[in-house]
Amino acid sequence: MIESLQRKSIIAVVVALLAGGAVAADKVKIGFVSTLSGPSSALGIDIRDGFLLAVQLNGGKLGGLPAEVLVSDDQFKPDVARQLFEKNVKRDKVDFMTGVVFSNIMLAALPEALDNQVIYISANAAPSPMAGKDCNPLFFAVSWPNDAYHEAAGEFANQRGLKSVYLLAPNYQAGKDSLAGFKRTFKGEIVGENYTKLGQLDYAAELAEIRAAKPQVLYIFLPGGMGINFIKQFVGAGLGREITLLLPGFSADQDVINPVGPAMAGLFNTAHWSPDFSNPANQKFVAEFEKEYHRVPTLYASQGYDAAQLINAAVRDLKGKLDNVEATRKALKNARFDSVRGAFRFNTNQYPIQNYYVRTVGSDGKGGLINKSFSEPILKDHGDAYVQQCPMK
Amino acid sequence: MSPIFILEQALNGLQFGLMLFLLAAGLTLIFGVMDMINLAHGSLYMVGAFLSAWVAGATGSFLYGLLGGVALTALFGAVLEVSLLRSLYTRDHLSQVLATFALILILNDGVKMIFGTDLPLAAPAALDGPVELLPGLLYPAYRLVILAVGFGLALLLYLLVQRTRLGALVRAGASNREMSGAMGVNVARLFTGVFAIGAALCAVAGGLLGPLLAVQIGMGENILILAFVIIVIGGIGSIRGALVGAILVGAVDTLGRTLLPHLLREFLPPQWASAAGPALASIAVYVFMAVVLVLKPQGLFPVRS
Repeated sequence: MIESLQRKSIIAVVVALLAGGAVAADKVKIGFVSTLSGPSSALGIDIRDGFLLAVQLNGGKLGGLPAEVLVSDDQFKPDVARQLFEKNVKRDKVDFMTGVVFSNIMLAALPEALDNQVIYISANAAPSPMAGKDCNPLFFAVSWPNDAYHEAAGEFANQRGLKSVYLLAPNYQAGKDSLAGFKRTFKGEIVGENYTKLGQLDYAAELAEIRAAKPQVLYIFLPGGMGINFIKQFVGAGLGREITLLLPGFSADQDVINPVGPAMAGLFNTAHWSPDFSNPANQKFVAEFEKEYHRVPTLYASQGYDAAQLINAAVRDLKGKLDNVEATRKALKNARFDSVRGAFRFNTNQYPIQNYYVRTVGSDGKGGLINKSFSEPILKDHGDAYVQQCPMK
Repeated sequence: MSPIFILEQALNGLQFGLMLFLLAAGLTLIFGVMDMINLAHGSLYMVGAFLSAWVAGATGSFLYGLLGGVALTALFGAVLEVSLLRSLYTRDHLSQVLATFALILILNDGVKMIFGTDLPLAAPAALDGPVELLPGLLYPAYRLVILAVGFGLALLLYLLVQRTRLGALVRAGASNREMSGAMGVNVARLFTGVFAIGAALCAVAGGLLGPLLAVQIGMGENILILAFVIIVIGGIGSIRGALVGAILVGAVDTLGRTLLPHLLREFLPPQWASAAGPALASIAVYVFMAVVLVLKPQGLFPVRS
């Protein structure tokens, strides 16, 4: 009698455990790997702070589930990022991976997530191959396609009637994407195109070349510490007097404005977001970020914040059930959330379709400098040039 | 290619070469006088940069930062020599390589624990702008200061080594250590002094280059390799050799970064030209070192008897 009861209760327990698949998860785990040290650490730190702020404002939850965010530092090294991804995916069994700043680091580590059926949501790097022929259903870009800011800058240069431009970018995927994007829209003459080493900080040789080429405009893509050093050395070499500097938002946001200082005043740059956007979601974001971290958020922070809000909306729509990757993917693709940039939707390749704006660095009224945007977008409802090559529909 | 361009690149190459010289001079002295391969020399450069950044941050002045950094690094070098490295002189080169390599790893993590992974170091604001050397040639004031300090120290080292008693002891020790000891030279104190001078030179380079490059963990490793190449080309123990070697390497590196891509861009796409130029320059430096080793194995200015 007792043995039979025991056997039935064991069977009952086993059946209950097996049926557990249909029950909602008890928390959502996110692996966050980013560059948190070195000259470009400000970028990773801002994405992280924006992401964690969103989680905090949602009561420590995403989509109603308590959120556990595992943050680690890739030290600007692709092999370290790969190991961290592997640890998060295999040992910590995260539901989502996110956070990487640089395209080369992300491309190296991405297979660890995608090959193991873990969705990666990019809050920054979004290389052109992954928008086109290498597109993957488990990869979402919540920031922008890599080429976009530069396509916007090329269009702005056209509108301004700028004739000759010298181009400079680091020699890695995002650098190549950037100058390809600028050349796609710009109609004037390219008087020079130079690629530097990723992570290079001394630009004396390149500046001498630029001086000799005598361009009307210099367009650079140098994110993080690279841009800070370049602009300082550009000013130090006296080149600002004859050459106009045109920038993507990556080299003209608060992380560059603060160390470079007054030399940044009046510079034009392009971005998908600006701290002065008046939509309610952004006003709340900027106010809360300044209150929590005592600094103005950069576009990187806005991307981290939006990434968390995207996950929040998707998990909410899934009612907390994260066991089916295909369902999660659909939820992310169709998620409706109030992005701090205003209108946002995914293209068929899971890259954003959105507006891009021109900004200029002006006075913040308190003795410092901040970006101010022009209300009319320079590129409206803009996708990317690679979506046709992606088989996803 | 205009004369202004060539002049500007020459100045850039010279500036880079002089900073390399500061590291190579210390390295060649230590190798020459104490017969010790010091792989941790690049780490002394890193420690010098961190200490300069720390003192500059604490005092608010770049100059105090640089001077403080140099003094503290010299002290650190002396302490390191007396405590740890002294036991390595009598051992074979492989043991020295292993021990000083371990020192690199220890210093990397030690500095990270004390100061963090990087520290900001900004040049004094007065030097942020350009100086008009010639009509049409505006050169950054800060780099001119680096050139001046580099030249000044090269001159100072020359006077020290050629005209002072300490310098004579150093030359004697580099030329024939056993005989110098037999002649009554206080070898132990001499060695500590040489090591401290080497560390101080590293700190000057670290502090001066800090605003241009970044003060971060691991900053010494790339520059260390070039320093070794320079002392092999110049001759172990020879300051003159270190200067000539450093200027040559600085020139080749700058040529590689600018003139070579210029030429290559005629028939290669820009991304390839930009990547190939520095790579070819690197190859050129090592090929040059190999040629020197074949033709003059003791280096261009050998001092060993």
